[in-house]
Amino acid sequence: MEGLTPITYLCPSKKNAMLRQTWWKILCVLLLAYTVIAGFLGAVPAKPIVNESIRNLYFHVAMWFAMMIFLSVSVVYAVRYLRKPNHKDDIYSVEYAKVGIVFGTLGIITGSEWAGYTWGAFWSNDPKQLGAIIAMLIYYAYLVFRNGIPDMDKRARLGAVYNIFAFAMLFPTIWILPRMVESLHPGGMGGNPAFKDLDPQMAMVWLVGAIPGWSLLGAWIATLRIRLSLLAERSYASPKDRH
Amino acid sequence: MLEVRQQYTFYGILLYVTATIFVLYLAMGQPEGPVWKGLFWMIQLFICVNAVAKSFLQEGRGRLLYFYTIAGARDFILSKLLFNALLMILMSGVSLVLFLFMLGDPMGHEGWFVLITCLGGVSLSLVFTFLSALAARAQQGAPLMAILGFPLVIPQLLLLNRISTIAFEDVLQGGLGWMLWIMTGLDLLLIVLAIILFPFLWKD
Repeated sequence: MEGLTPITYLCPSKKNAMLRQTWWKILCVLLLAYTVIAGFLGAVPAKPIVNESIRNLYFHVAMWFAMMIFLSVSVVYAVRYLRKPNHKDDIYSVEYAKVGIVFGTLGIITGSEWAGYTWGAFWSNDPKQLGAIIAMLIYYAYLVFRNGIPDMDKRARLGAVYNIFAFAMLFPTIWILPRMVESLHPGGMGGNPAFKDLDPQMAMVWLVGAIPGWSLLGAWIATLRIRLSLLAERSYASPKDRH
Repeated sequence: MLEVRQQYTFYGILLYVTATIFVLYLAMGQPEGPVWKGLFWMIQLFICVNAVAKSFLQEGRGRLLYFYTIAGARDFILSKLLFNALLMILMSGVSLVLFLFMLGDPMGHEGWFVLITCLGGVSLSLVFTFLSALAARAQQGAPLMAILGFPLVIPQLLLLNRISTIAFEDVLQGGLGWMLWIMTGLDLLLIVLAIILFPFLWKD
């Protein structure tokens, strides 16, 4: 029995090999189902102003967590590409960036909706909103920039360079600047505490259900898109032709 | 460098600065503080796009190859950054003088504003030097500069606009000095990024 990890020991047959690959997708569906059901039906503390809209915590905040994760993964692949050019890394990098951008956009939309019911306006030029939209514009520019370069290797290299640049700009725009000024958003200097007294039951749904659930969903989308890109790549150029 | 070989571009930008500010004066007269501030930074942005952005775009392919043979990538980008920063300080200085001359002087602390202008000019030039290098490698030119550049400079311009309040108000708000440091930090970040990333743009 030497050399067998616990998982192979538990799942020796070929049928279970499939389970080994898909367990996280099943987990993702379960977690999201839990998030949505417990998120909409579970008890939440009645707080002034936010009231029932506090349930958006499971969606809005989790979107930003997922975005940060995917953009970080994307920049890691960009660095890997620059260190040792490999076309696969470029595909990984761009697909993770795209998923990150989708989650960031959803984060802005859910945030704006939340602001509409608690701050009184869907868009109020709050520093946090501005920072987020600027960060997203920088990343939209990444996609436009990439599409503008016809040559594949050049596109990959310049895209990776800009990706690192954009990731570095993410920190001032969403992490540093909004914290320096007065903001209605938690985390600014407006004295709006967010997680100081989070209800334990809510923390459970949020930490166990929402954040891993949405992140796994994003990873699922990204891996599907990566497989699609790799297949599309293979169909018009056999691997031998490429360097 | 490009400006010494093609002096008309240098004088071209000077003329551009003067003409823009003169038109602004004709259109706006002598505006109040906040408007003055906003106009000033917008003009800085356009000067920077015109003056700095072409530092890579207008270099011919042969000349880039020549630079490639005589200098390493790091030295080259550093010298470009330095030169463009100096150029932009000069241009900002000229436009500040013109602004004071034509649009009036709504400030209380001119000394502070000179300092902020230099800082702002340097920051803008850093962003656009790097982007110009990117755009030149992508063989795209000016439209790409606009797409890439404007989202990147929005935070800087917002920050600069806020910092400029130091020069306008007698009572200093807390936190503004902090922003000055953030701005400097942002500049350092840009320089480090340019130095790290430029070698990858350079080899071809």
